Amino acid sequence: MDTVLGFARTLRVAGVGASPDRVEAMLAAVSALDVLDATDVYWSGRLTLCGGPDDLERYDAAFAAYFGGESPRPVPPAAREVQRTVTTAPLDPGPGEGDGDSDPELAGQASADEVLRHRDVADLTGAEREQLRRLFALLTPAAPMRASRRRRPGPHGTVHAARTVRRALRDGGEVTRLLHRRARPRPRRVVLLVDVSGSMSPYADALLRFAHAAVRAHPAATEVFTVGTRLTRVTRELRLRDPDKALTASGSAIPDWSGGTRLGEVLKAFLDRWGQRGTARGAVVVVCSDGWERGGTDVLAEQMARLQRLAHAVVWVNPHKGRVGYQPLTGGMQAALPSVDHFVAGHSLAAFQELAGVIQRA
Amino acid sequence: MSETTVLPVPGADGVFAGPDELAAALETTGYLPDEGLATAAFLALAMHRPLFLEGEAGVGKTALARALAEVTGRPLYRLQCYEGLEASQALYDWDFGRQLLHLRAAEAAHATADTETLEASLYDRRFLLARPLLQALEDSPSVLLVDEVDRADDEFEAFLLEVLSDFTISIPELGTVRAQTPPLVVLTSNRTREVHDALKRRCLYHWLAHPDFDREVAILRRRLPDVTDRLTREVARATAKLRTLDLLKPPGVAEAMDWATALHTLGARDLDPDVAARTLGAVLKYREDTDRVHAMARGALFGGG
Repeated sequence: MDTVLGFARTLRVAGVGASPDRVEAMLAAVSALDVLDATDVYWSGRLTLCGGPDDLERYDAAFAAYFGGESPRPVPPAAREVQRTVTTAPLDPGPGEGDGDSDPELAGQASADEVLRHRDVADLTGAEREQLRRLFALLTPAAPMRASRRRRPGPHGTVHAARTVRRALRDGGEVTRLLHRRARPRPRRVVLLVDVSGSMSPYADALLRFAHAAVRAHPAATEVFTVGTRLTRVTRELRLRDPDKALTASGSAIPDWSGGTRLGEVLKAFLDRWGQRGTARGAVVVVCSDGWERGGTDVLAEQMARLQRLAHAVVWVNPHKGRVGYQPLTGGMQAALPSVDHFVAGHSLAAFQELAGVIQRA
Repeated sequence: MSETTVLPVPGADGVFAGPDELAAALETTGYLPDEGLATAAFLALAMHRPLFLEGEAGVGKTALARALAEVTGRPLYRLQCYEGLEASQALYDWDFGRQLLHLRAAEAAHATADTETLEASLYDRRFLLARPLLQALEDSPSVLLVDEVDRADDEFEAFLLEVLSDFTISIPELGTVRAQTPPLVVLTSNRTREVHDALKRRCLYHWLAHPDFDREVAILRRRLPDVTDRLTREVARATAKLRTLDLLKPPGVAEAMDWATALHTLGARDLDPDVAARTLGAVLKYREDTDRVHAMARGALFGGG
């Protein structure tokens, strides 16, 4: 028993969430098998303590280490700390960058907000950014709706047999009127793919704030991934209520912050791992990127076509589209546009509010 | 033909001495589990815990539930999950048509019963339509297959958790149904989305991978005894190679079986590139995958065995 508890501790250090009830299950499993047989112990632990394919590799390593006599190497906390500060840096505007030089135009609060709504987030001063953050927190994007098989009572639709019978009973067995029920619309899934590569860094903070607002509005029906040189799922981090905490958490989850872009390949990874199996199926997929592609544009075109076949609608948000005289001339944009249903701007709060409308109507 | 000559079938009551004995029993039904899967199934039976099977499509998750029902001699109840699945489709529903007829009949017979008695007679067991979960509990010991649980939505998962924790279902109008022996529950997931941890914690978790070469050959030989040994091996080898190609849909055992059957039906003795190309539709289900395999040097994939 001590052996099992010690092993569970080792596993938790290795990153497998071996909770007490799971450990209890392992003890039961070991006693149902042979305590002295290494294979039986291996399987009883693996079947009870692991909860996903990602756990299995760690489990195998920890098992070999623990029952082989070595202790596994924990990740030094110092290294983690360093990584966090590095990756979250771009989320905050640089200190002193325009601090204090408040624009004389910002006289009345209401009109200032109005002006700010239309300003390009890349050109803002630190103080303006701070103000915009508060406005972002008020953004509640509505989810697009779809029909579902669930029903609810309503004045029209198919006959609601259960209610009709109960009503008939009250009237002495006479069906005096038919009660109906109709389909209950359900929120359609929204998937946001946010480009966090170097060229997008002035907008990444705003885009993630928008994503956070979307997740907050519909936690079960929204998925957020960041794309750059690799794919990172940040939905879980963005579920935190406080926007700043959520952004810090997702910042530390993103390993490729401000790196290059390999949009086509990352999109392929998304579709292989998540999209094909259901996440993108029937969803409104929003790609937030300027389309600067370092990889080949053929891959991007191919994957975008695949995405459009799976998704209900594909929305492409390009911050540069808000600029006067913008033409989608980059290779990436050219490759992607044929498979995009809605091509919109995403440079200011007003543009994001518009985007929320596009998503809702998609 | 006296009854005394009939030997008790091992495991007929769902009790096996160990994973090996269960594996041997499963093999008689044509299902060849590996060590981990046999242990998982054995523990699920011994510990009365649901078995949560995850893995690519076509690795034999659903087939395991069928095989387990066969070796334990228990009835199998299958609940196919889908988005929007409701409790009334999984547990029970009232047969409203018959209830109304009953009402009218009572009225026609001028039954003097008061409303309360009438209502009680209306919510009688004979007007209850049992759906898979209730069936599995009422008919326990049984095998309950909750297929593709990842397709159902969160509310249904929470509901399922409740049923699987105490194996009882309460019907307000009738009372509580409790299983004497908890059914052997097999949940499958293709991992289209992450199933809630609370549900997984109730279960034994097993990731079902594609079988290795020898096991796949053994499975194909067992299921398709008419196909020659040589063709079987070549199909297994080519299928294993296809799985390494990063395809949109890597072929599972089911596809390997389809392929071998298709080749056998065409009278092929071995897997030469031409006949392989013609039957590729049995293994590959995406145009992109087919194009990709065609573009490769075919000799590298087929034949040469």
